Amino acid sequence: MDEIQKKLTAPSKASREDVTGRIISYTCIAAIIILVISILYFITSRGIATFTTNHVSLWQFLSGKEWNPGTLNAKGQPQVGALPMIVTSFSVTILAALVATPFAIAVALFMTDIAPKNGAKFLQPVIELLVGIPSVVYGFIGLTVVVPFIRHLFGGTGSGILAGTIVLFVMVLPTITSLSVDALRAVPTYFRSASLALGATRFQTIYKVLLRAAMPRLLTAVIFGMARAFGEALAVQMVIGNAVLMPRNLVTPTSTLTSQLTTNIGNTIMGTLPNNALWSLALILLLMSLVFNLLIRCIGKRGEIKS
Amino acid sequence: MTAILKTRDVHLSYAKQETLHGVNLDFDDHSITALIGPSGCGKSTFLRCLNRMNDLIPKTTVTGSFQFHGKDIYAPTTNLVELRKQIGMVFQQPNPFPFSVYENVTYGLKLAGHTNRHYLDEQVERALKQAAVWDETKDALNKNAMSFSGGQQQRICIARLLAVQPDIILLDEPTSALDPISSAQIETTLLALKKTYCIIIVTHNLQQASRIADRTAFMLNGNLIEDDLTSKMFTKPANQATSDYLNGKFG
Ligand SMILES: Nc1ncnc2c1ncn2[C@@H]1O[C@H](COP(=O)(O)OP(=O)(O)OP(=O)(O)O)[C@@H](O)[C@H]1O
Ligand SMILES: [Mg+2]
Repeated sequence: MDEIQKKLTAPSKASREDVTGRIISYTCIAAIIILVISILYFITSRGIATFTTNHVSLWQFLSGKEWNPGTLNAKGQPQVGALPMIVTSFSVTILAALVATPFAIAVALFMTDIAPKNGAKFLQPVIELLVGIPSVVYGFIGLTVVVPFIRHLFGGTGSGILAGTIVLFVMVLPTITSLSVDALRAVPTYFRSASLALGATRFQTIYKVLLRAAMPRLLTAVIFGMARAFGEALAVQMVIGNAVLMPRNLVTPTSTLTSQLTTNIGNTIMGTLPNNALWSLALILLLMSLVFNLLIRCIGKRGEIKS
Repeated sequence: MTAILKTRDVHLSYAKQETLHGVNLDFDDHSITALIGPSGCGKSTFLRCLNRMNDLIPKTTVTGSFQFHGKDIYAPTTNLVELRKQIGMVFQQPNPFPFSVYENVTYGLKLAGHTNRHYLDEQVERALKQAAVWDETKDALNKNAMSFSGGQQQRICIARLLAVQPDIILLDEPTSALDPISSAQIETTLLALKKTYCIIIVTHNLQQASRIADRTAFMLNGNLIEDDLTSKMFTKPANQATSDYLNGKFG
């Protein structure tokens, strides 16, 4: 009797392994949580220094059009107006998503419904390849092909929102496409048969049932694409012109939040206003990615209830 | 009784393998025909031939004649979309679209180009009443059809089909995913519908066949073994295999 009780209560090899395993995974999780919190804290504390230490007003920062953090204007105020970059960032993001979405959904439909066998076999590797190409290569192609082409068509330097949009279009296309493919594959085939059995053509089935049933997940795909476009730095920096000026049209040189960061973060001194102002831009990027995340979650939740 | 659909010498092959080896079967208007037989004998395959849903499966060849109102449904001139409106199908798994009940039932009508709201309202009410789900759905026409019970969903699917006023209704094991009470409700619905429609139902439930079907056809390994009045088939089957199957000796 005692023998059995002892055996039952004594820690076995398996239960010791269990404890060790748990300790290891909790340690890793703790390390990552600490890392994330410190990144958030670091960016936030630096980002708000512009407003707390340097006493720039938030409104001035968000609505000002002059960006020249090193110098003071006539009133003795530092020139840290981020509006041109905010406008440009949003413009390229939204335009790229608008242009890419129809293409992405068309390609995805081709792969899932129109030619599921050969289409997917051929296009899947193409998409994976496009994802794998480093952004500097996209930027380089943009710089050597797209920018001269636009210069030829519209004059000027050729850099600007249009060039940025074209480069980002190619970059977000695979993201939106592969997520759209997932979205469409998740629509059960019996919806398709039900629609066809009611006398719908394939095209009617696609736009009346398929796209509608997949809509929440398709929107999520687009937002993922937008998040990628918003955060892309290198390729955009190479074609946008990098002049912090309010874009007057699609082909004047301007600058996005990210391109300004990559261009200038190495040229400023920690703790000075020009450096802090860049951190404030980073803070905007952080907040925006938070917004994108929230959107994806909200839409995802609504989609779940529906289907 | 007049046969509305006549099939002769139906052979079907998936890829390389022949699955139906010459089936001859007539279907009467205003009656229910049950297709029974062990799993894998080709009942669903045969049923899908009747509204050409097998066309969707690549490398499938169908031969034989299918006379529907005297016209061959496999003729090159057949308008598939029209055909499927006249010969509609209800599937094993209830499959309403994830839209409102109203949108589900009007789906086929809108495909046919009907947009008059008054007409649509009328047809929705008629179809839901015919399918015996009007009482459960009349106050919830804008509710998502997926939020109803399985049996209600299946009757919504039947209503969705009835809205386009088909001639023939094909049902592939429509109650196999449902509880006995929902199944009984569907059976009642079908019995009421046979006054207006030609109904062809595949079922594994022999009691169900004996309860509702006017005629029953027994299939085995891609062949039609026997078809007859249900009452005759269940009491005095002509074929030994039929008798064995009905007595649960196999399948
Ligand atoms: N899409 C398909 N491609 C190839 N073979 C198929 C396909 N569908 C069915 N078969 C084959 O055809 C035969 C008949 O299948 P079918 O689905 O018609 O049987 P069933 O009588 O409906 O069976 P159950 O009662 O289990 O539904 C089976 O051997 C099956 O493997
Ligand atoms: Mg079957």
